[in-house]
Amino acid sequence: MALMLDLAAQGAQMSLVLALAPGLLGLTRKIKARLLRRRGPPIVQPYRDLAKLLRKEAVVAENASWLFRSAPYMIFVATWVAASLIPTFATGLIFSWTADLIAITALLGSARFFLALVGMDVGTSFGGIGSSREAMFATLAEPAMIMISFTVALIAGSTQLSSVAEHMLSHLELRVSLGLALFGLIIVALAENARIPVDNPATHLELTMVHEAMILEYSGRHLAVIEMAAALKLLLYVSLAACIFAPWGLAPPGAGPLFWAIGVVAYLFKLLAGGCMLAVFETSIAKMRVFRVPELLGAALMLGFLGVLLLFVSRSL
Amino acid sequence: MASLREAIARGARLDAMRPFPRIEVDASIWLRVTREISKGEGDLVALWSDGAAAHMMAWPHGDATPCVLSIACLEARFPSVGHLHPPAQRLERAIHDIYGLTPSGAADDRPWLDHGVWGVLHPGGNAQPAPADPAPYRFLAAEGEPLHQIAVGPIHAGIIEPGHFRFSANGETVVRLEQRFGYAHKGVETLMRGADVDRALRLAGRVSGDSTVAYAWAASGALEAALDIVPPPRATALRAVMAEIERIANHLGDIGAVCNDAAFSLMLAHCGVLRERVLRAAKAAFGHRLMMDCLAPGGLARDMTPGGARAIEDALLAIDASLPGLLRVYDSTASLQDRTVGTGKTDAALVAQFACGGFVGRAAGRGFDARRALRYAPYGDLDFDVPVRQEGDVDARVRLRFDEIGQSMAIVRRLLVKLPAGPIRAEWPTDAGACEGVAMIEGFRGDIVACVRLDAAGRIAHCHLRDPSWFQWPLLEAAIEGNIVADFPLCNKSFNCAYSGHDL
Repeated sequence: MALMLDLAAQGAQMSLVLALAPGLLGLTRKIKARLLRRRGPPIVQPYRDLAKLLRKEAVVAENASWLFRSAPYMIFVATWVAASLIPTFATGLIFSWTADLIAITALLGSARFFLALVGMDVGTSFGGIGSSREAMFATLAEPAMIMISFTVALIAGSTQLSSVAEHMLSHLELRVSLGLALFGLIIVALAENARIPVDNPATHLELTMVHEAMILEYSGRHLAVIEMAAALKLLLYVSLAACIFAPWGLAPPGAGPLFWAIGVVAYLFKLLAGGCMLAVFETSIAKMRVFRVPELLGAALMLGFLGVLLLFVSRSL
Repeated sequence: MASLREAIARGARLDAMRPFPRIEVDASIWLRVTREISKGEGDLVALWSDGAAAHMMAWPHGDATPCVLSIACLEARFPSVGHLHPPAQRLERAIHDIYGLTPSGAADDRPWLDHGVWGVLHPGGNAQPAPADPAPYRFLAAEGEPLHQIAVGPIHAGIIEPGHFRFSANGETVVRLEQRFGYAHKGVETLMRGADVDRALRLAGRVSGDSTVAYAWAASGALEAALDIVPPPRATALRAVMAEIERIANHLGDIGAVCNDAAFSLMLAHCGVLRERVLRAAKAAFGHRLMMDCLAPGGLARDMTPGGARAIEDALLAIDASLPGLLRVYDSTASLQDRTVGTGKTDAALVAQFACGGFVGRAAGRGFDARRALRYAPYGDLDFDVPVRQEGDVDARVRLRFDEIGQSMAIVRRLLVKLPAGPIRAEWPTDAGACEGVAMIEGFRGDIVACVRLDAAGRIAHCHLRDPSWFQWPLLEAAIEGNIVADFPLCNKSFNCAYSGHDL
């Protein structure tokens, strides 16, 4: 019986991230529209778009390889697994031992690998530009993410997110390294999710696109799963920041449904806050020149380094 | 300069055209004038043909007005201007496509407006049936191992006009940009033939929708000059009000759009609200948001509505309230400035060579403004500044638009305060006989030239409308060199050249 409940809780987490991801995107777009004095589409618009895309025919280029057809599903699955590993409303779920920061980074890295490959698959120049830019950003974003993980791991004594969250809850203190890691994570999250100032999710300019350029050739259900993966990725980073830096409300291991309910409500509030902050930030800044982005991501990498370094210094002295 | 004037003076001056002189020349004078222009003695303002002769509008530096040189095309040829003076190349290619006249000695014999889909060759000339499969267009080469091509357009991901851009890039760095236009060709010159003056004005107003007032004014100005008609003062004052409102609305749209291309949509939203206020005021005052077909030969089609001045003043007050704040936002957003400052620099020497008008020229030190240079009514009596900047980058073009909005608002206010009463349309004679007229009007993009010839029945024998973008598009090709591919949309939007006006 307990096992059943545990499995149900894990299943609930997996469905929860899937159900909420387009909503977070819709919320961000709505707030951005309101900030720009527009009414904006309803929050449920991304759900409608996905439903529409799933009903539509998938048009595939004549010279597309098998990879072009299968990659969307691999990207989606890798991102979904990564997103559902992160504790959203409860720690200590049945699969939480797999919720490892390194594993999550690796899952996202594989998703990106496939995305960059299919960007070049059809051979259009835009896809190639997108893949090349994505690879350029990734070479800095991934090490930055690893350094941030190390900072967190050195503080919490584990790379496993459930233990990290528990440690953060029980040792409430201000740490410089943690602050550095938070800033680094925000920069990485902006870059990874193709948000302003790195990329513009709402752009129609073929020449400035990064993420959009790689998926220009996709349509129908393929596009739907890629869009879903993108939405999941945004949710993933908000959940990750919430889990490490604001773990309040997370149900402790072995807690019952009541704590879970509290956890879900707290999680919804965290998503709301994350969406608001993202929208305000994106409205107040212009997009960077492509060659400035490595400087920004380099800063994230340095923040991660500094975080680790400070911890070593403070420990050995 | 003296030598250019001297060369022009050798031709046979005709009195047929008003108000600028028209001079009939032979090949040797034509070539000498070309050479002097290429040396920088004067500006090439326009180059066109009516099927029988080629016409060049030249403006010697220091002269009060330009003049038109005409050369009869024997054996369907005329001496090339472009082989000495590159700005003329595209104009010559367009002449060849439409009329089948060959510029002898031209370096570039590729088609320009004709994509082989018209079904005929030279529709304005002998209109032969076109070959079934035209030769593919040869893009200019850029050689080197790491170079690759990026083809953009003519269908774009956003809602913009059609144009093809072929980039040769080394990674992100643009080595060469080549433009290909003609997708919006409507055959305006052929449609104009035989049209009565009212229809001609309606056609002119549709060459480029965002400059409909300026185009209609240029065409009616040329018609009025041909017949020596002076529109009543109320009509000219209201024409200027409309032209300035058009300028304000377009500049507001452009400022927002440039910022939006740097993903700073806040400016687009605010500028969009202001532009909408201006367009609604135009609707209230003149009955059409873009003020299309508000002009008529000899004056206006209809007077301003009684509440019009009030509506315009309200819109201007709204701009007064918001524009300084928007400029502050533009100034203080470092991320935005980082994108615009130093991006897409136009070279002052190229601007002078191409005689590039409008904000593209004025942002790079060429202070030409037809309103000031020709002082056509009512601008001759108005006191206003022509802002000029030297930097020539995207930032300068944005700031120049801010400056020009301020000047245009002051002009509108001054005109509305002292709006003359009286008729709005001069009597249009029906038996004037054959005549020719030319006019140059400052639209929001720059100087629009209209040259009209009427036949004995008072119908259009030929009408040429020259868009300012003819001399701005090539500068965009030059400005993007060495910039990165991702900065092209920003540069392109800051130029905001016309596709439709250029494609005719």
